[in-house]
Amino acid sequence: MVDEAPVLELRGITKRFPGVVANDHVDFDLRRGEVHALLGENGAGKSTLVNVLYGLYHPDEGSILVKGEPIRLHSPKDAIKHGIGMVHQHFMLIPVMTVAENIVLATEPTQGGVLLDYRAANKRVAELSSSFNFAIDPGARVESISVGQQQRVEILKALYRHADILILDEPTAVLTPQEARELFAILKTLTSQGMSVIFITHKLNEVLELADRITVLRRGNRIDTVDRQGATEQGLARMMVGRDVLLRVDKGAPSVAEPLLSIDDLHVIDERGLEAVRGVSFEVRSGEIVGLAGVDGNGQSELIDAISGLQRVSSGTVKLGGRDVTGVNPSSILDLGLGHIPEDRQLRGLVLEFSLAENLALHDFDKPPDSRWGWLFPRQLVRRARDLLKRYDVRGGGPQTRAAALSGGNQQKVVLAREIGRGPSVLIAAQPTRGLDVGAIEFVHRQLVEARDNGKAVLLVSLELDEILSLSDRVLVVYEGRIVAEHGPDVGEEQLGIEMTGGGREVAA
Amino acid sequence: MTELSGEPPDLTGETPEAPEPTPEGTVPSVAARLAFYQRAGGVITPLLTALVAFLIGGLVVYATTGKNPVSTYKAIFKGSGLSWLSPVSVHWHTFYPNAVKWTGWNTGNLTALNLQQTLIVVTPLILTGLAVAFAFRCGLFNIGGNGQYTVGAITAVQFGVWFSGLPGPLHVIIAMAAATLAGAAWAGIAGLLKATTGAHEVITTIMLNWIALWIGSYLVGFNGPMQDKREISAPVTKSIAPSAHLHVFWGNPLLQGLHIGFFIALGALVVYWILLNRTTLGYEVRAVGFNAEAARYGGISVARNYFLAMAISGAFAGLAGAIDLLGWEFNLDLISVQTVQIGFIGIAVALLGRNSAIGIFFSALLFGALLNGTSSRNLDPSIFKPELAGNLTRIIQGLVVLFVGADLLILYLWQARKKVRLLQRKAEQA
Repeated sequence: MVDEAPVLELRGITKRFPGVVANDHVDFDLRRGEVHALLGENGAGKSTLVNVLYGLYHPDEGSILVKGEPIRLHSPKDAIKHGIGMVHQHFMLIPVMTVAENIVLATEPTQGGVLLDYRAANKRVAELSSSFNFAIDPGARVESISVGQQQRVEILKALYRHADILILDEPTAVLTPQEARELFAILKTLTSQGMSVIFITHKLNEVLELADRITVLRRGNRIDTVDRQGATEQGLARMMVGRDVLLRVDKGAPSVAEPLLSIDDLHVIDERGLEAVRGVSFEVRSGEIVGLAGVDGNGQSELIDAISGLQRVSSGTVKLGGRDVTGVNPSSILDLGLGHIPEDRQLRGLVLEFSLAENLALHDFDKPPDSRWGWLFPRQLVRRARDLLKRYDVRGGGPQTRAAALSGGNQQKVVLAREIGRGPSVLIAAQPTRGLDVGAIEFVHRQLVEARDNGKAVLLVSLELDEILSLSDRVLVVYEGRIVAEHGPDVGEEQLGIEMTGGGREVAA
Repeated sequence: MTELSGEPPDLTGETPEAPEPTPEGTVPSVAARLAFYQRAGGVITPLLTALVAFLIGGLVVYATTGKNPVSTYKAIFKGSGLSWLSPVSVHWHTFYPNAVKWTGWNTGNLTALNLQQTLIVVTPLILTGLAVAFAFRCGLFNIGGNGQYTVGAITAVQFGVWFSGLPGPLHVIIAMAAATLAGAAWAGIAGLLKATTGAHEVITTIMLNWIALWIGSYLVGFNGPMQDKREISAPVTKSIAPSAHLHVFWGNPLLQGLHIGFFIALGALVVYWILLNRTTLGYEVRAVGFNAEAARYGGISVARNYFLAMAISGAFAGLAGAIDLLGWEFNLDLISVQTVQIGFIGIAVALLGRNSAIGIFFSALLFGALLNGTSSRNLDPSIFKPELAGNLTRIIQGLVVLFVGADLLILYLWQARKKVRLLQRKAEQA
């Protein structure tokens, strides 16, 4: 099935940005009918490489060959012309339009050159969809179909434009395990029909499941290209990071004590006026990590915001260390012993234009010793920052460095330093490792386990089931604003996947 | 890095990957140069902005009058009185009286007189510039400096007319405090609306400008409550009591010498810096201005800061109005109420000064010099047409606002230069 002549070849691709070499003489080749995974940490140069390939960036050096012919790509249009299609991580679909309309967009079949021929469009999309077993209704509105289906629409869009090389950028990041499995099946169908797939990811298990060959990038350099046969998670991780990595979280048995966070029948209305949290009750006790598993948008964000006082509670109570904090303002809740690692460190966790010292003072700048009578003591801010940056091993800057200048992993360390450094009794960690590389993930996980071992109650909210399963002492599953199941730490990923998508409502706790 | 790179936007929505720079090769030198440029950019960009504005202004002079723009600018410079500072040797005896002879602060000297007038204009420009800049640091665009200035001026006149029996310094302080509070309250309305209903401050401050203008017109105009009834021919208020006059420390008070309001404005620059950088209020304002969502998450009340930042902005503008009234205008007439522009020029001052205290000082000086240098009193009609005079300042002001986007332009050119070099290198290799 895999034949030897490359359909696509990149030779010596070099792409420089001011101050960095994003790709340094990278070679890459793609054979007909294979899935070739591009593996690397954030910042390894994966996205740059495929953006070069898709005509979004122009390489400073190197050449691109499609079926042996050297080509020049000036824009994505050129790439499409040469049969290269790309599915971005964030879909480029228009929600109010139908599947067929989205797919034919910009190359619409017309009647007499003016009017859009809807019927022809629907028919062609339906044919295409059924020839690859896609099971998609061309007439459905994009906003009404699931994320997994939307992704298939994106793939169909590329196929409609006669792509035979498909680039998928972190395609599983938005999918449930079931949806991911379905995607893999689709990709196998495609390759069996002669398509070639470039699959970008940083998840090792996916690579080993799906890819025929694996190219590992690190710091803009191609480290190696290996066959799946003989590749191991440990070996790939070492290639990605450049050192041995602890993939499994090392933790002892929990020593659980009294509940520190108690939620009772909590209801929250979101900004659109819909009830996002519908009667949630649970406890998190001292010395345990409770994982909240769920697909994005099932009320997790509203729940966290309600606990931390950022969103109004419409009914129910939140108790922090036995004290009712429902409706209390956010800064008092933080002072009563809540640590909150927010979902989005750039949007919420940090003021990127502030120095690290100022960022680390975000909760405490208004009280001694940081300030007195409204008078700020910048030197005290710097002194504390110096200490925290050292303790949490933040690299790439000192107290006066702007937060924006740090890498994602170090930014997250700054957030951790602030939230854990204040010594909270309850710690909420929302997506604490999103977008981080393997090394930084290891660090964050260790910190969370350490917090647990120090007797804190940790609530971990994550979309990554791996993360939930490897860290949690108990797992709660949230679906449409309700807790639909509770499990011990050894529950299967499959089971959670079903419950996360509403399949487990009958057995709801 | 992304914003600066001038590359096509990253459609994946991810931040582009940025590996660490390699230690060897040419890369760090590019990085170092860019970093240097960015640091220097804090000064270079506003200077370039002003330069380009002056160049285009010069073209306008040439196109409309056919005169040499250089001589026009020379005349403006001379008219601004800034030349008083340049030939230091001439004034050597000012500082070292024994050297030749002590001539003192020579008010008879036309250059000195011009400089006094320039600094009188610079004073309110600093304050209205601060009014825009402070709101800016909280992420708000205060277009209402003009209205806040007007409210301050009206209040200052009223308080200057009242309390005529008070001792001088106390009277001045009361009038200034009242005007400052009035300006703060006026801008505070916009802040309150923003904080409670989310009404956009650009809209509300513009509306408040008009309301201030027409309330002022009513109060000062014919038969208005503040109009001086003895003046049957002119819509003008009574003059403030002499006890409310600001002390003139340089020049002849009868010839509109420079008053101590100038030092109040300089003090305001210091207050502005301290407020932003050394108080918890400033920390909150900056946090909200940079990232309101992070501030909210951090426990800071965003609404409270919107209100406070607007009120403090308005306080600066209200103070500007008071200082003009107590320093040299002494009464308020209908025409000045309706034609005042100081608040709008403050926008250009803040933009060109990059919202920093020192930057605002220099850009206020620039605009003050332009305004005074082009005032018809200083004009030699053989050098340029009087019609063009005041308008040239406006043109340059407009160009400055327009070119504040110059950062982007300059960085784009920088990028282009780099690309050209790479192409050259490639060509050499080939």
